[in-house]
Order: sequence, then structure tokens, then C-alpha cells
Amino acid sequence: MKRLFAPLVVTVAVLFVAAPYLIAQAPYESTMGLVQKIFYFHVPSWMAMYTAIAVCTISSAVFLFKNNKTADAYAVAAAEVTVLFGLMGLVSGPLWGRKAWGVWWQWDVRLTTALLMELIFIACLLVRKYGGPGSEKLAAATALFGGATAPFVYKSVDIWRTVHPKTSVVPELLKGSMPGSGLPFALSAIGFVLLATLLMMVRVNLAKRQMALDELYLDYEES
Amino acid sequence: MTRILLLIGSLLLAAPAFALQPPAAQSEFVPAAPGASTEQLPAAPLLIAAYAFVWVAAMGYVWTIGRRLTKVEDDLRSLERKAGKASR
Repeated sequence: MKRLFAPLVVTVAVLFVAAPYLIAQAPYESTMGLVQKIFYFHVPSWMAMYTAIAVCTISSAVFLFKNNKTADAYAVAAAEVTVLFGLMGLVSGPLWGRKAWGVWWQWDVRLTTALLMELIFIACLLVRKYGGPGSEKLAAATALFGGATAPFVYKSVDIWRTVHPKTSVVPELLKGSMPGSGLPFALSAIGFVLLATLLMMVRVNLAKRQMALDELYLDYEES
Repeated sequence: MTRILLLIGSLLLAAPAFALQPPAAQSEFVPAAPGASTEQLPAAPLLIAAYAFVWVAAMGYVWTIGRRLTKVEDDLRSLERKAGKASR
């Protein structure tokens, strides 16, 4: 993992420097115009969040049932990264919606469920921080509930009538529905997912150092 | 006289129904005057704000991790020193 760190940093830096140029070169959408370009980092931020949710849910389950401390470090790191990228999506979305829909927010099923999912992961972090002894297990259980809501949030636009675009927008774009926009989107998505991976790696390191500190405190108290 | 009063009465009763009618539908588009501002909400500030928020949030998070890591490392060092003194 440590050997991967430096190449990952360079890759993410290159992608994030190249992304604005590529996004600027991408064609304008016919009805939304310039504001549609928020799409190139709004959707990737959700993709990065779903990656973090997958890591958080699996690690939380491993920690809950096997009591594995490393899994706990991954769970807390992924929960924080989930909240970070969810916040990016929840802020960039209304900025796009203000121009495209004429309102900042709609209590539409996709927006509402996405907000609730973000709140579940914030709750998971709050329980962990302020829940007292044993709160790690409670936080892991909360994260499992957060992970269970993710598929519903993703498919909500296909199941219910909403103002939000359907999930088919991205596959159609990659198939060439808007020539010239597939590559900037793909590179931006890869950049965001790699950034999430990088942040999780750094945060796992911090969690492991905190665990080492806690163990040292216990040893010191006992001696 | 009765007929006139009935006519006035029925007109008064019908008044709310007329008042509640929706405005007439637009039958044609009217072009904007040359040079008139048609764009009410510029897109660029929204786009820049969204992009800036993503950057600030990511950098802010990296900064908090750095700060927390420095604190943990300091605590580890001071505890190791204390433990070393206690064992002597």
C-alpha cells in the first residue's frame, strides 16, 4: 500500500490539473448550457462517495462480526470520506439545480434520500466520537444501515418520478450521446475515485496511529 | 324592475367565477429587444462556486488529517518519554 502512495498522489494531481482544461473543451449541453459542466465533478463526487460507502460497509461488517481492529480503521476512514464526498455532491447539486430547475432544492425522492444517507453517515461519525466506550460497534452498525440505503438512493431516479436525471445519463454519455464529453467525464471520475482512495489511505494511517496511542496509554496506566 | 335586479344579482354572483379564470394563454413568442438582457441568472458564478467548494473541501480535509496526525505523533512521543522515565 505504501509503495502505491506516491504514484497515486502524482496521478491524482495530474488528473485534477488536466480536468478543468478538458471540461472547458467539452461541448455545451443544448438546454442547460454552461451550468451543465457542474456534471463533470458532481457525478464523480457521488461515484467517489459510493466507493467509500462500499469500503465502509464491508469494513464495518468485518469489524462488527470478527472484531478486527484494522477493519475498524478502514471503516472510520471510509465513513469520513463518504461524508466529505457526499457534501461535495450535496453542495454542487443545488448550485446546478438553481440554474437548471430554478430552485436550490426540491424535496424530490433522489435529493431527499441522498440527504438522509449523508445524515446517517454523519450520525455514524458522531456516535463514534461522542458515544463513549463501545461506541465503535454502534457506529459500525449505523454504517451498515447507511450502506443499505445506498442502492435505493442510486435507483430512486429510475423507480420514482423525479426532477433529477435518470441513471442512464452516464452510460449514454460514455456511449457517445454527446460527442467530446465522454473522455473529460471518465478522467474526472477516475480522478475523484483515486482521490477518495488516497484520502482513505491517509486516514487509515491516522486511525492506526490513534489505536497505537490508545494501546500505549493502556499499557502505561497498567504499569 | 325585477328583471333588472335579477340581471344585476346574477352578474354579481357570477363575478367570482370570472375573477378566478386563469390569464389568457400566450399565443405567440415575442422577440427580446436588441441588446436587452435575457439571461437572468449567470451560470459562471454557480459553476465556479461548485468547483471551488470541491477544492476547498478536499484541501480542508487534508489539512485536518495533517493536524490530527501531528497531534497523535506528539502524544505518542511524550507518552514514550514518560514510559521510558517510569521504567528507569
